[in-house]
Amino acid sequence: MSAAVRYADVEVGTELPEQVFPVTRADLVRYAGASGDFNVIHWNERVATEVGLPGVIAHGMLTAGLAARAVTAWAGDPGALVEYSVRFSRPVVVPDDGVGAEVVVRGRVAALQEDQRVRVDLTVTSGGEKVLSLARAVVVLS
Amino acid sequence: MALDAGLVGRSYPPSVVYEVGREKIGEFARALGDPDPVYVDPEAARAAGHPDVIAPPTFAIVLSLGAGEVVLADPEVSIDYSRVVHGEQRFVHHRPIRAGDRLVATASVEAVRSVAGNDMLTTRVDLTTEDGEPVCRTSSMLVARGTA
Repeated sequence: MSAAVRYADVEVGTELPEQVFPVTRADLVRYAGASGDFNVIHWNERVATEVGLPGVIAHGMLTAGLAARAVTAWAGDPGALVEYSVRFSRPVVVPDDGVGAEVVVRGRVAALQEDQRVRVDLTVTSGGEKVLSLARAVVVLS
Repeated sequence: MALDAGLVGRSYPPSVVYEVGREKIGEFARALGDPDPVYVDPEAARAAGHPDVIAPPTFAIVLSLGAGEVVLADPEVSIDYSRVVHGEQRFVHHRPIRAGDRLVATASVEAVRSVAGNDMLTTRVDLTTEDGEPVCRTSSMLVARGTA
């Protein structure tokens, strides 16, 4: 249970590898089943547009889960991610066009803390727009 | 309708025990497309120092979603669920959730706010083992968009 990244090897400004995650309607169905969040705006275009959305949108926690993947893949140990917080600032619209949407995750070390912890600030976009804000992870490094 | 600030700190009875299974963790990891073997392969998890497969860091949402329903069902929490969107989410892990855990969820109201006709309700869920070991704390902020 230890991260692959050493605390001594990072500094404020260290960047995480950028990750791009495709999100299709099938991914939304799968996430609905796995998470238990069956809100119709995540699978029904008619209802989504009736409530004023541009179309079916991804679960916020799916986007947040993908963003967390960028952190745990970098750290090399999912157990190293000890705190994680996000604000859902804009929905990820997932069109039914066989292509779907893309979620792009960038991250950088924003603060070095005690006990070999670092705070990673994430920039998460879809279609060029920020979809999460104040997305922050605290990771225990080796 | 504005939420009553007196709700802050209100706590609800603990949930029934949720038994975390390998299959449920694997299903959740696959839904995120995450190939990390510590989620699905007990040998890989043990090699990484865990007693069994561990759950992705956002898996706790599965339990907190269910546990938070008790708050929304409280007749004194006047929030229009049909107008609710997820505003913010936070997780603090004491240790990773893992297969075999028998977890109890205790929900409480952490904060209420009204801004520009929108009601915001923050529900906290504390996850512990049935023996009382703290495992994870989640905070979920829901926004009920005003009709004005």
